[in-house]
Amino acid sequence: MNTRSLKGWLYLIPAIAFLGVFVVYPLFDVFVYSFEEGYNSASQTYFGVGTYNYSYVLRDPYFIQALKNTFVLVIVTVPLSTLLALAISVALSSIKKLRELYQTVYFLPYVTNTLAVGLVFMILFQKTPYSDGFVNQIIMALGGNSVDFIDGPHWAKMTVMCIYTIWVVLPFKILILTSALASVNPDYYKAARVDGTSSWRIFHRITLPMISPMVFYLVITGFIGAFKAYGDVVGIFGTNLNAAGMNTIVGYVYDMLYGNSGGYPSYASAAALILFVIVLTITCINLLVQRRSVQTS
Amino acid sequence: MKIVLEHITKRYPNRNRKVGGVFTAVDDFDLTIPDGKLVGLLGPSGCGKSTTLNMICGLETPTEGKIWFGETDVTNLTPELRGVGMVFQSYALYPHMTVRENIMFPLGNLKGADKLSKEEMLRRVEEAAGLVQIDELLDRKPSEMSGGQQQRVAIARALVKTPKVLLLDEPLSNLDARLRLSTREEIRRIQRETGVTTIFVTHDQEEAMSISDQIVVMEKGVIRQVGKPQRVYDEPENLFVSKFLGTPPINVFAGRVAGGRLRIGDDDVFEVPGVADGEVMVGIRPEGFQPATHGALHCELVAVERMGRDTSVVARHPALDATQMRAIVSSDARIDRSLQMVCFAIRPEKCRLFDPQTGERIRFDGDAVGEGAAR
Ligand SMILES: Nc1ncnc2c1ncn2[C@@H]1O[C@H](COP(=O)(O)OP(=O)(O)O)[C@@H](O)[C@H]1O
Ligand SMILES: [Mg+2]
Repeated sequence: MNTRSLKGWLYLIPAIAFLGVFVVYPLFDVFVYSFEEGYNSASQTYFGVGTYNYSYVLRDPYFIQALKNTFVLVIVTVPLSTLLALAISVALSSIKKLRELYQTVYFLPYVTNTLAVGLVFMILFQKTPYSDGFVNQIIMALGGNSVDFIDGPHWAKMTVMCIYTIWVVLPFKILILTSALASVNPDYYKAARVDGTSSWRIFHRITLPMISPMVFYLVITGFIGAFKAYGDVVGIFGTNLNAAGMNTIVGYVYDMLYGNSGGYPSYASAAALILFVIVLTITCINLLVQRRSVQTS
Repeated sequence: MKIVLEHITKRYPNRNRKVGGVFTAVDDFDLTIPDGKLVGLLGPSGCGKSTTLNMICGLETPTEGKIWFGETDVTNLTPELRGVGMVFQSYALYPHMTVRENIMFPLGNLKGADKLSKEEMLRRVEEAAGLVQIDELLDRKPSEMSGGQQQRVAIARALVKTPKVLLLDEPLSNLDARLRLSTREEIRRIQRETGVTTIFVTHDQEEAMSISDQIVVMEKGVIRQVGKPQRVYDEPENLFVSKFLGTPPINVFAGRVAGGRLRIGDDDVFEVPGVADGEVMVGIRPEGFQPATHGALHCELVAVERMGRDTSVVARHPALDATQMRAIVSSDARIDRSLQMVCFAIRPEKCRLFDPQTGERIRFDGDAVGEGAAR
């Protein structure tokens, strides 16, 4: 090893040490835990090694519920929020007046506390014996029947969850997409206009391919973020998510560790590793799709 | 297609909001561009060349005035209805498309009766690519090509719809010096072959002079002079044009006319019949100086540089508006460097007088190039 690469490694030591202690080692530990059967946290002992934790978790109705909820959340919110962000960004970059104002308004959710926003959503969608939330008032004004979105049927709760998630992730996506749109050389648009290109053709043959790396970035991070949803759900539906049928995978992991039914690090580890494998698979698929579409476009 | 620009003016709201008001980028631009010619639009950066071009192609609408293509008033027509092709300084080739897709792109915009079959489109692309000699590169991406090749693709894309007018906005600025030379020959050839009326924008006077049938010199949104390149060079109508054309540039002195004779500083230069007494600016082309023992203009010698055929003499004179002047003399001229002085006889036909206030040309008998003053 020559002096230069030795130096390089030297500079990397603090970061590697930090990552090793706080990321790599715990990951490894989680992996080990997930195969230790009958672990007792008090005595720190276990009976044997095997895949029992996995089969337990995969048969646990709460986990299945959490898995379903998480998948619905991911499949609904990632495409919808990305499309919505794209539409809003395109609109934003085509207006001149009050653009900064709109940009600020759209960015507000990003700088607002998650739990506070969750509470506001709860109030908006609530229905108590004494009063209806704002959303229900609108539904009734339009002639519908009020629904309890917070404590009612599962589909209503999922709806609130999806709307909330979309609303929370929009600002970041809009921020990324508006800057991606602004970085496209205006000469491309001028050239296209001289040739009489319709705005739709300009959008899908020029704009979209040019910002596609950013769109892919948002889709990948969006998937990962949605799979890791937890805090927001607590903000709206409270801490007893299993009872509400609104748990997510990360919520399940948390409950297994610290919740009322807690104290099961082995089950939590198994659930966490299942989540890890799912996210890894989806991300790999995403990257493959991206590589292919970049090559052939 | 003959193009007539009728008193075109373009005003923008001032970019600097503190100053406010409007900024006139193009001011009362009146020009006729003959059918099938290549016209060079020349001027320093920021003088309104691109704005003028954008108004011709329809990306911008003039604040005042009209634009005619032949007998049609196109002032308010959208670009695609005008039948123009445009090449940008940055080429603006779509990086995610192959060369073929890039050139084909404009054809894909044709609608209704003009719509082409896929085969016809491909045939047209081949034709345009053949014209600019990039047939072999059609399956490449722009990023896999040199700057010169990209430029050709941009020209092919502009020509594929067989436009009536071709507009080129500083098409050579991003190329290195050697490529610039060959590409400009190439543009000239393509223009000749197609006979398309072409407007070529540049801030490089040499480029404009070498390629154009006619040049239009602009300054601050105003046309300063229009004409054949050699004619504009020989007979500048004002100080700006005379300074802008020519390498090395014209040497400008503060002078005075008294009793029909021109004086530069303390030197009595020659007779200028028919010029009223008063201050003048004197522009003398580098080739207008002849070293002579009893020459009228007494200069301090700075350097003598031999460059192949020519010898370039760098000198100083108190009346000069710059620190140094440069004269090009024939290489057999004898210059005694030990004297630190050099005297020049001035050739009147290389000497131009201008009004110091307006910068307008002041003519005198003997300053004409051509039949009358032939030597
Ligand atoms: N959209 C605009 N708004 C305000 N000023 C502009 C605009 N476009 C161009 N200008 C100004 O008009 C002048 C001429 O610009 P341009 O035509 O691009 O010059 P050139 O192409 O000769 O370098 C410049 O001073 C520029 O700042
Ligand atoms: Mg320009």
